Amino acid sequence: MRSIYLDHAATTPVREEVIEAMVKVLRENYGNPSSIHQFGRPSRKLIEEAREKVAKAINADPREIIFVGSGTEADNLAILGSARANKKKGNHLITTSVEHHAVLDAFKALEKEGFEVTYLPVDGEGRISVADFKNALRDNTILVSVMHANNEVGTIMPVEEIGAICREKKILFHVDAVQAVGKIPVDVTQINCDFLALSGHKIYGPKGIGVLYMRRGVRTQPLYHGGGQERKLRPGTENVPNIVGLGVAIELAVAEMETESPRLAKLRDKLIDGVLSTIPETRLNGPREGRLPHNANISIVYVEGEALLLTCDMKGMSCSSGSACTSGSLDPSHVLMAMGLSHTIAHGSLRLSLGHSTTEDDIDYIIRELKPIADRLRAMSPVWENFQKGLPIA
Amino acid sequence: MYTDKVLDHFTNPRNVGEIEDASGVGEVGNMKCGDIMKMYLKINDESNVIEDVTFKTFGCGAAIATSSMSTEMIKGKSIDEALSLTNKAIADALDGLPPVKMHCSVLAEEALKAALLDYQKKSGKNLGLNDDDFEDWDAE
Ligand SMILES: Cc1ncc(COP(=O)(O)O)c(C=O)c1O
Ligand code: FES
Repeated sequence: MRSIYLDHAATTPVREEVIEAMVKVLRENYGNPSSIHQFGRPSRKLIEEAREKVAKAINADPREIIFVGSGTEADNLAILGSARANKKKGNHLITTSVEHHAVLDAFKALEKEGFEVTYLPVDGEGRISVADFKNALRDNTILVSVMHANNEVGTIMPVEEIGAICREKKILFHVDAVQAVGKIPVDVTQINCDFLALSGHKIYGPKGIGVLYMRRGVRTQPLYHGGGQERKLRPGTENVPNIVGLGVAIELAVAEMETESPRLAKLRDKLIDGVLSTIPETRLNGPREGRLPHNANISIVYVEGEALLLTCDMKGMSCSSGSACTSGSLDPSHVLMAMGLSHTIAHGSLRLSLGHSTTEDDIDYIIRELKPIADRLRAMSPVWENFQKGLPIA
Repeated sequence: MYTDKVLDHFTNPRNVGEIEDASGVGEVGNMKCGDIMKMYLKINDESNVIEDVTFKTFGCGAAIATSSMSTEMIKGKSIDEALSLTNKAIADALDGLPPVKMHCSVLAEEALKAALLDYQKKSGKNLGLNDDDFEDWDAE
């Protein structure tokens, strides 16, 4: 049976070049980067080389790159750290209602510390409006955080416009670019951000490694305390293999973006068109344009997402869903809800995220196999029955 | 996370469908939480035996599997036996469910009781079921 990985937005396989580089470091470079002897020095050098690669990939200065333990940690360090460090200047913060939980929950934590947070609404395609953003600004706004691109529906946010306004008003601006890096151009000087988060495992690098870009002259507080590593902002002996792996991964991802992203976008469009035209009562969640090249989020209405994804998996197609039954809570994805989708549509959502390994043949297979899966589940769905009989849905 | 039995009942659900002239029909759950279960019973008025039972479910793998298993457990059984079926027994028959999925098995028990309540109303027999039995069921 086939086995097609369609969850690259969740994580990606580690690419060969990265594995090779990491294994070499694991085997040969165990010296502590803080040791000045001959065992430590090469480890230090490897970290600084990786730092340069990351800086180059996002058009930053190496001194602005801080290695941290994950994308989540980068978000937390930027948000918690900068809000706390600047709280004398004001206590109002702005973010969006569709952020990853790494951002949303950091803001929730700050609310408990006495900060006021505005969560910007989004339109039906998951985009914030610059006008809403301007209206939300206050004299005491000190920090704004907007994701570059959404992890569930792939919507690209107007971060450059937001960044220009923040810079003019001297408000700190954090961008969660975890999903964007390697897929669309990410340039910190174009965005005018003060912080930017990225993660290794979304770009064919290792898990458990992230980066916080922090513009020179900007202040934040560390989340915890210890040694002097990463300019005291991330104490703890560096994870050298992961740092090296991330460096290799980001260099390759950015170099290949020019050919890989258009390839993925073409496959994505074929997938979306194919599914929407073969299965009735389906819809695309998120925009057609201004969307990450590898993200297709489709609702197969009147069936439930977990049942859908289980069946897909049995047919060799591994993807994810924003339904309540997969969330572990009783609510469907906060992103789909913020977009104003009905529960029925949100429950039937399926996120198919493509990647290096995805071929045109895979897309044909998915389009072919999805229809019988939808038919089978609809045949046992009382909601589909009601819909077909013209009765109220539930 | 699912046992082989759950996956079996999910992949090959037993007794899916509707019964045209059902003796009792029960529908529980709501669209907000994303689970709706509908159960149809065909009951022999003389013998009180459930001669046929079918279901339709909108819900996760566990919801579909518990619906399927519950129909299998009560088919050919008496009303009294059906009334004593618990969500725990259904989950056990499936070799267990992940803790977060126990509420789906509650739904199966509820759908069955709702269908029996409907039968009670239609047949005029007293099965000892009340409308408000369905209000505060919990995922125990
Ligand atoms: C938009 C976004 N932000 C943050 C994260 C968290 O990154 P990590 O898994 O490295 O903690 C993810 C990935 O899950 C993400 O998609
Ligand atoms: S029906 Fe939603 S979790 Fe089972």
